[in-house]
Amino acid sequence: MKEAPISADSTSQLINQSTNQLISYTLHLADNALILGQRNAEWTGHGPVLEQDIAISNIALDLIGQARNFYQYAAKLTNETTNQPNNQPATEDTLAYLRDSRDFKNCLLVELDKGDWARTVLRQFFFSNYQCWLYESMKKNKDQTLAAIAEKSLKEVIYHLRWSAEWVVRLGDGTTESHRRITDALNDLWPYTGELMANASYEKYLLNEHIAVDLDSIKQPWLDKTTAVLQEATLRLPPNQWMQDGGKEGNHTEHLDYILMEMQYLQRTYPGVEW
Amino acid sequence: MLNGNTMETGKQQILSLLEQVPDPEVPVLSVIDLGIVRDVKLQEQEIEVIITPTYSGCPAMDVISMQIRMVLLEHGFKKVKITSVLSPAWTTEWMSEAGKEKLKAYGIAPPNPMQTVCDVNLFAEEEAVQCPHCQSYNTSMISRFGSTACKALYKCNHCLEPFDYFKCH
Repeated sequence: MKEAPISADSTSQLINQSTNQLISYTLHLADNALILGQRNAEWTGHGPVLEQDIAISNIALDLIGQARNFYQYAAKLTNETTNQPNNQPATEDTLAYLRDSRDFKNCLLVELDKGDWARTVLRQFFFSNYQCWLYESMKKNKDQTLAAIAEKSLKEVIYHLRWSAEWVVRLGDGTTESHRRITDALNDLWPYTGELMANASYEKYLLNEHIAVDLDSIKQPWLDKTTAVLQEATLRLPPNQWMQDGGKEGNHTEHLDYILMEMQYLQRTYPGVEW
Repeated sequence: MLNGNTMETGKQQILSLLEQVPDPEVPVLSVIDLGIVRDVKLQEQEIEVIITPTYSGCPAMDVISMQIRMVLLEHGFKKVKITSVLSPAWTTEWMSEAGKEKLKAYGIAPPNPMQTVCDVNLFAEEEAVQCPHCQSYNTSMISRFGSTACKALYKCNHCLEPFDYFKCH
């Protein structure tokens, strides 16, 4: 059959589809940072010692800053593609506060409860290790805005990675109690690490356009770094096993609803309220 | 229409006005000292000030934008556009020498002259930081994260005073 010539309409549909994938991808990056930032902020005022309370709060702040940059970009893209005049324009706030859990595209790892200090620092290490390789690659991205956010954020992530890795070693190679706690955390969290490096539908789409970072390419460096740190912490790498996923496509654990409830309650109850 | 020369004088005038805008968290430093003002562009009726955040989550950025607007407004510049850019990413290398002196006089150790940023090597020894109170180099880091995103927490083993270090970034 002869192919129909591409009409102006179908071209714009193609552009729209591509922008929609980019919006999903940007929201995924934003949601990851926002939800982990929010989780870490639960330690503010409750850290084991003052200096570490300040450290985890600083990390939370950096992550929420990164989330804001991604949300602002997602809002801009959204407003450019939807031209219905009656629509409320999207903003970083509507994206963070007015979406439902099924619309959130964060990895399951970041939404899990904060648990004890061992669980928090180990999760941070897994995540910062992932973000480090991700941003390293993303800063050379074809999409200039994503590249700029990655370049900016990478400098901060290096602090997070080093701080969290040092804590993993300190606890693993510490006392019997600290070793037991971080071993428990390792067994609990390990099945959630696979999703960090599994390409979701929007990533696969954008790979063809050379925009998304191919997560296959960061698997090995992530594992090498993880293995080295666990070894120094006298911890054993868990065996190959079934990995959880779904978060990146909107299928979450029950933990996400609780965190969104707390985070979104005020805006949902009193729409548009400001300080 | 502005010609090249008046543009340059105008830009210098704006930049010197911006020296009056302090960083709300480290008020001895102006936004010029900090190196966050990247450019000023003059159009016929509008001034565009291009700034860059120090850290992604720096809560001072909104206040800084507002203060820039206020100072320019006080001097008769009504149409001001403030644009935030992320790339190239801010670095402490952009901090002015005058700024570093002011920091030290204020009791905050300025970033070390040799720019050594945090790397991923665990437990690596940091380059010695000079105590802003007694000038001793016998100091140790308490935490890489301090009271604001841009500072680390140190103590001096000589005079025993704790102090903030504006870390290289």
